[in-house]
Amino acid sequence: MAQMTMIQAITDAMRTELKNDDNVLVFGEDVGQNGGVFRATEGLQDEFGVDRVFDTPLAESGIGGLSIGLALQGYRPVPEIQFFGFVYEAMDSISGQMARMRYRSGGSKSAPITIRSPFGGGVHTPELHADSLEGLIAQQPGIKVVIPATPHDAKGLLIAAIRDNDPVLFLEHMKLYRSFRGEVPEEEYTVDLGKADVKREGKDVTLISYGAMVHASLKAAEELEKNDIDAEVIDLRTVSPIDIDTIVESVKKTNRVVFVQEAQRQAGVASHVISEIQERAILHLEAPILRVTAPDTVYAFSQAEEVWLPNHKDIVNKVNEVINF
Amino acid sequence: MKHVLESVESQFETFQILDENGKIVNKDNMPDLSDDDLKELMRRMVYTRMLDQRSIALNRQGRLGFYAPTAGQEASQLGSQFALEKEDYILPGYRDVPQLIWQGLPLYQAFLFSRGHFHGNQFPEDVHALSPQIIIGAQYTQAAGVALGLKKRGKKNVAITYTGDGGTSQGDFYEGINFAGAYQAPAIFFVQNNYFAISVPVEEQTAAKTLAQKSVAAGIEGIQVDGMDVLAVYAVTKDARERAIKGEGPTLIETLTYRYGPHTMAGDDPTRYRTDDLDNEWEKKDPLVRFRKYLEGKKLWSEEEENKVIEEAKDDIKKAIKKADEYPKQKVTDLIGNMYEELPNHLQEQMEEYKEKESK
Ligand SMILES: Cc1ncc(C[n+]2csc(CCOP(=O)(O)OP(=O)(O)O)c2C)c(N)n1
Repeated sequence: MAQMTMIQAITDAMRTELKNDDNVLVFGEDVGQNGGVFRATEGLQDEFGVDRVFDTPLAESGIGGLSIGLALQGYRPVPEIQFFGFVYEAMDSISGQMARMRYRSGGSKSAPITIRSPFGGGVHTPELHADSLEGLIAQQPGIKVVIPATPHDAKGLLIAAIRDNDPVLFLEHMKLYRSFRGEVPEEEYTVDLGKADVKREGKDVTLISYGAMVHASLKAAEELEKNDIDAEVIDLRTVSPIDIDTIVESVKKTNRVVFVQEAQRQAGVASHVISEIQERAILHLEAPILRVTAPDTVYAFSQAEEVWLPNHKDIVNKVNEVINF
Repeated sequence: MKHVLESVESQFETFQILDENGKIVNKDNMPDLSDDDLKELMRRMVYTRMLDQRSIALNRQGRLGFYAPTAGQEASQLGSQFALEKEDYILPGYRDVPQLIWQGLPLYQAFLFSRGHFHGNQFPEDVHALSPQIIIGAQYTQAAGVALGLKKRGKKNVAITYTGDGGTSQGDFYEGINFAGAYQAPAIFFVQNNYFAISVPVEEQTAAKTLAQKSVAAGIEGIQVDGMDVLAVYAVTKDARERAIKGEGPTLIETLTYRYGPHTMAGDDPTRYRTDDLDNEWEKKDPLVRFRKYLEGKKLWSEEEENKVIEEAKDDIKKAIKKADEYPKQKVTDLIGNMYEELPNHLQEQMEEYKEKESK
C-alpha cells in the first residue's frame, strides 16, 4: 500500500475515474496547467488533455450551470470551486438547480455532478476562504455532502461520489491536505456514501464529528484515556444524508454524546444530528448532549482563529461535563 | 444580415499619452497637471513600488499575512486614484490597497488588514471606501449602489470600483455595469487587465478582443487605456469622473497592465503559467521608468529626489510596522462584540465562555 497525503489521494481518485470513464470531466478556475491552487489536479491536464481537464472563466455561477448542462449531455462533471467561501456565487446552481434535477423531472433526469471544494480553518486565509458552510448545503434535499477525514477515505469516497448518479458536494479540509500521510491502496476502491465510520471504539462517551475535528476528537480521546475515560469516535464522513444507525448503536453503548464541529453552533450539522438522537434514543441518554463548536460569529479574522477554532482541550472539557453530569 | 462584432471591436483602440521612451505621443489629450502634480504622481509610484518590495519581504519573514503584489500596476492604480476627490468612494479589490493608502488609509492599518486584524478594516471616517473585496465581482454591483446613492443625495462625487480581467467574467460585473447604466449613476468601473487571473490568460477568459467593449452591451462608455502610462490613466479617469458628475453616466475603463510578482504571496508560482520572455517584454513598459524619463526631460526629477522618496517610504514602513506590532491583539471576544449592534442572549453567553478561554 502507498503512503499518501490527502491531496495525493484526491488526485489519485480523479485520475482513476478519468481513466475509467470518458464521460468524466474535470474543470474549474486554474485547474488546468496550474494544477489547481492546491495542486489537487496536478498533472491531470497533461495526462488527459484539455478536452477532459480544463480551466474555466472566473465565475462560479457559470461553473455550476455549465456542470448541469454537461450532465444533461451525459457527462459526469467534477467541477472545482476554488475555495468554498465562494459557493454563494453558485448557490442557485447547486441548491436551486442541480439538487432538484431528479425531483423536478419526475425522476427522468439526473445531475451526476461532484463538486469539489477546499474549506476549513487554521491555515490563515483571508475572509471567505475558510468558512464551514456545509450546513447550508446539507439543508438542501437532493444533494449529498461528503467530508473525508483521512487519505484512505478521501480516495474511496471521491471515487464513489463521481460514480454516484446524484449530485455530491465533496468538501476537502485545507488543514488536512498535507498535514499527514496515511495508507491508501493503489488500486481502485470505493467507500460508501452515507456511511459513518467508527474511527475509535469506546464505551464511556460517543464523540461525533467530521473533517478536521475527527483528529481533534481522536486526540481528545487519547487525553481522556489517561483519566480512564474510554471515548468512541464516530466520523460521519457524509453529513447529508446522516448515518443515524451507526450513531444510535453507539449511543446505546455509551449513553453519552458530545458533538464536535468546526462550524459555528448556529444551525449546523450538529443541531440536526442531536435532534435525530433525541427522537430515537432519548431513553438511552444519561446526560444532555453537548456541543463543541466555534462561536456564532462570522469566521474569525485570521489573527484570532486559533482561539476561535475548537480544539481537543475544549472537547476534553465537554466530555468531563457529560461524564460528571 | 449584419454582423457587427468586428466593427465594434475595431473602435476600441488603446489610449496612450506617454510612450515607452517617455515621449508625449498624444499632445491633444495631455491632462492639465502642474509640475508639482507631475512630481507628486511620480513620488506616489516610487513610494508604492518600495512599499510593494517591503511588503513582499515582510510577508516572507512572516510579519505580514495576506498580500497581493502590486509592482507593475502603479500607473493604473495611482493614475486613477489621483483623478479622484477625497469625497469620492472607492470599492477596491484585494490588490487595490495602494489606492486606499493614497486616499488616506494609515499604513499601519493596511498592515493590520494584511495580518487579519479587524482594526485594519475600521477605516477613518474621511476615507470613503470599503475594505478590499475578496469575492470577485461583488464590488461591481455595490459600486452601482453607492453611485446611485451619491446621485440621489445630489453629491458631485463618483464611486469607483476595481477588478481584474478575470473579474469581468463574473455575473456581478455585468449586473453592476448594467444597473449603473440603467440609472445613469456616477460610477467608474475600472478593470486592470494584467493578462492573468491567477494562471488563466485573458484569451481563455473570454472571446472578446477587448474588455472595454463589454460596455457596449450595457449601453455605457468604454475605453481601453495603456495601463503603464500614468498620464493616460489619469486623463481617462478624470474624463470619466467629469462626465459622471455631469449626469452623463458610468464608464468602463480597461487598463492594459501587468503584475510582475506572483498572484499573492500564498504559494502562487508564476513560472507555471508565464514565460520569462513575456515578463521581460512587460518590464520594458515599466510605468516608473517611462514617467521618470519624461520628468527628467523636463528637469523635474533626479536620482537624488527618487532616493529621498525611497528613504521616506522605508522610514514610514518601519514606523507603521512598529505601530501595527504594538496595536492590541485581536480577541475572539472583540469579534463576538462586532456581530450585532446589541449583543443577543446567546452571544452574551458565548462572550463569557470566550473570556474564560482567552484568560488562560
Ligand atoms: C468569487 C471568487 N472566486 C474566486 C476567487 C479566487 N481568486 C482570487 S483572485 C482570482 C483571480 C483574479 O484575477 P483577476 O480578476 O484578473 O485579478 P488580478 O488578480 O489579476 O488582479 C481568483 C480566481 C475569489 N477571490 N472570489
